[in-house]
Amino acid sequence: MAIRERLSGNEAVAYAIRQINPDVMPAFPITPSTEIPQYVANYIANGKVDTEFIHVESEHSAMSAAVGASAAGARVVTATSSCGMALMWEELYVAASDRLPVVMALVNRALSGPININADHSDSMGARDSGWIQIYAESNQEVYDNFLQAYPIAEHEAVHLPVMICQDGFITSHGVENILLVEDEKVKEFVGEYCPAHYLLNEKEPMALGPYAVSSYYMETKRGQREAMKNARRVILEVAERFEKMTGRKYGFFEEYRMEDAEYVIVIIGSAAGTCRAAVDHIRKESGKKVGLLKIRVFRPFPEEELAEALRDKKAVAVLDRSEMFSATGGPLGTEVRSALYGAKSRAEVVNYFYGLGGRDITVEDFEEVYTKLEKLAETHKAEDMYDYIGLRER
Amino acid sequence: MYFTSLVSVTLFHRLLRNRAGESVATEHFIFLLASRIQNAEKFDEMKGNEMETAYNYKEVMSRRERLAPGHRMCAGCGGTVAVRAVLRALHPEDKAVVGNATGCLEVSTFMYPYTAYEDSYIHNAFENAGATMSGVETAYRVLRKKGKIGEEYKFITFGGDGGTYDIGFQSLSGAMERGHDMVYVCYDNGAYMNTGTQRSSATPQFADTTTTPAGTVSKGKVQIRKDLAAIMAEHHIPYVAQTTFTSNFKDLHTKAEKAIYTKGAAFLNVMSPCPRGWGYEPAELMNICKLAVESCYWPLYEVVDGKWILNYEPKNKLPVEDFLRTQKRFKHLFTPGGEELIAQCQAEVDRRWEELRRKCEA
Repeated sequence: MAIRERLSGNEAVAYAIRQINPDVMPAFPITPSTEIPQYVANYIANGKVDTEFIHVESEHSAMSAAVGASAAGARVVTATSSCGMALMWEELYVAASDRLPVVMALVNRALSGPININADHSDSMGARDSGWIQIYAESNQEVYDNFLQAYPIAEHEAVHLPVMICQDGFITSHGVENILLVEDEKVKEFVGEYCPAHYLLNEKEPMALGPYAVSSYYMETKRGQREAMKNARRVILEVAERFEKMTGRKYGFFEEYRMEDAEYVIVIIGSAAGTCRAAVDHIRKESGKKVGLLKIRVFRPFPEEELAEALRDKKAVAVLDRSEMFSATGGPLGTEVRSALYGAKSRAEVVNYFYGLGGRDITVEDFEEVYTKLEKLAETHKAEDMYDYIGLRER
Repeated sequence: MYFTSLVSVTLFHRLLRNRAGESVATEHFIFLLASRIQNAEKFDEMKGNEMETAYNYKEVMSRRERLAPGHRMCAGCGGTVAVRAVLRALHPEDKAVVGNATGCLEVSTFMYPYTAYEDSYIHNAFENAGATMSGVETAYRVLRKKGKIGEEYKFITFGGDGGTYDIGFQSLSGAMERGHDMVYVCYDNGAYMNTGTQRSSATPQFADTTTTPAGTVSKGKVQIRKDLAAIMAEHHIPYVAQTTFTSNFKDLHTKAEKAIYTKGAAFLNVMSPCPRGWGYEPAELMNICKLAVESCYWPLYEVVDGKWILNYEPKNKLPVEDFLRTQKRFKHLFTPGGEELIAQCQAEVDRRWEELRRKCEA
């Protein structure tokens, strides 16, 4: 029987870490992820886990130590946010190219400046090309469930890539919700032991890691990572299926809400999907207009084909980005979705809006307005504001 | 599978051995040179150095090499000599993980698909050799506690002065403060040599580097060197030592052994001249080290559990000028008007030497 609890997103991740009992956790404090290492430190202080905590002096060292520990043969976890992850930047690439299955609990927060501690996705979206698998959550339940699935994906022999389990700073990390927890024994069985094929402390076979690779070898390394990322598509679904068998909770690359007959669709990542869902229900109830929601769970690898299939016959799509990328056009999610639809020869109208930067609230009314715009766009085929900001102060 | 091909490269070092070429011969030459100097002079009569075990030169030098020949380091490079000497201090039966900051050593000894290391080895990046090895060492403690590893491992990581005094300073400080059971070895050649001799905080005053070139207005580097060994000693770790290559390698060997077999964090600063950056002929390596020690430019000392010990006091302290004269990076000091600059160098050496003696007497 599942355990019924009320936990914040950070508590839920820490609870999952206790259940998984990883070997090493190098971590550095930063709001809003700080609580996660604090909770783990408490577990350690009270003998609840075997995990060794490395009290690193920076996030760069956190990921450096994570690389060292993972290469040595340990199962490694770390947690961070925002600028902390930005300081890790170089090491994110090293972890991925060294093919180390490190798992990071990322609590999404805006990057400086100005300094801001609230939710947006600029940290993880900026790292979207680093070679990490990225899985996002709408709720505390999802971040817990995603975290339990992280190691089986990361450590799968066909993958061997680091995984980022993302949740929205404060909105889910500090918001307390009802949650269903899996029993410790079941988690242990589900996640399994980490037995790497190659590691530094293998007494039988010394290993050298982190070579200087000249042009004759570098490109093949990248192809190796690419193949692993492709394999991750299959593995993510397999692990989700196994998870469903254990818990009854179903996960895929994305979640479709009232999409069967939907004509106007919002594509979004993270906690704001909950607000959007309320807008969908409200519109359908009030006017019967066919609106739907597609919430991305897996952003890396990007589920291009599946997404295009789900969206290609819609009349109009609004992709909502919670991070800027200053192309002076769209955002990271918008660019990917548009590209997927182009590849699928879809004739759906697409707009790409920015919302919630630095924790700016987005309301049910805001979403309703987006759906109204989509309806108009489908009629006129003319987007008045292809790349707009939602909820700016001047309006 | 690409993954396998990326990581299991270690066995390729055998290939490397077979194709060992010129640089092997060069290194052997340096050691021959070392032993010749040893026979010629009694440089190994050091005062106040209470070694736990008697140093047996022949036994130590005949230990198996843990850095295989055939790598791409320069002829006359001190870095390679330092690495071989430190690894020789490992008891032959012990296993080790060797770490490395980015630099000459890394790019020349582990160029895919060849590695020169007999032991497990990890290079991560430029500024994080300390943090990386602290991760390895922590993993070892957990896996050993869980019974997944039976054998004893030692953890030794190498960084140049750029990766240690400068960009890796914070990572080193953190690793030392946390007290990981590891040795951090700085092979200090006093500049960013891998990128072409740019100044670092280890570069001595007035040295001509590519970012502090001596010119009509400039006299080379303006600032004096950072004293890293002293800073490490202030971390109150159990063992810190400064050394370089003496004729019989006793000082370096003994210190490396102590550092490796002292429980907890240890730091070793090894002056390791660079023929390209310093401007000397490869055969001059040992002589330059000797002059550095005899002039007290590079004193040999250790700090054991907070106690400062001077390992060698020259009977006749040579002027620093003798050391400076051997290197092209100081050649502008030997042009008219350079006397004043050399006097400044001497004053700085004297000041530091007196300070060190005070610490060691106290």
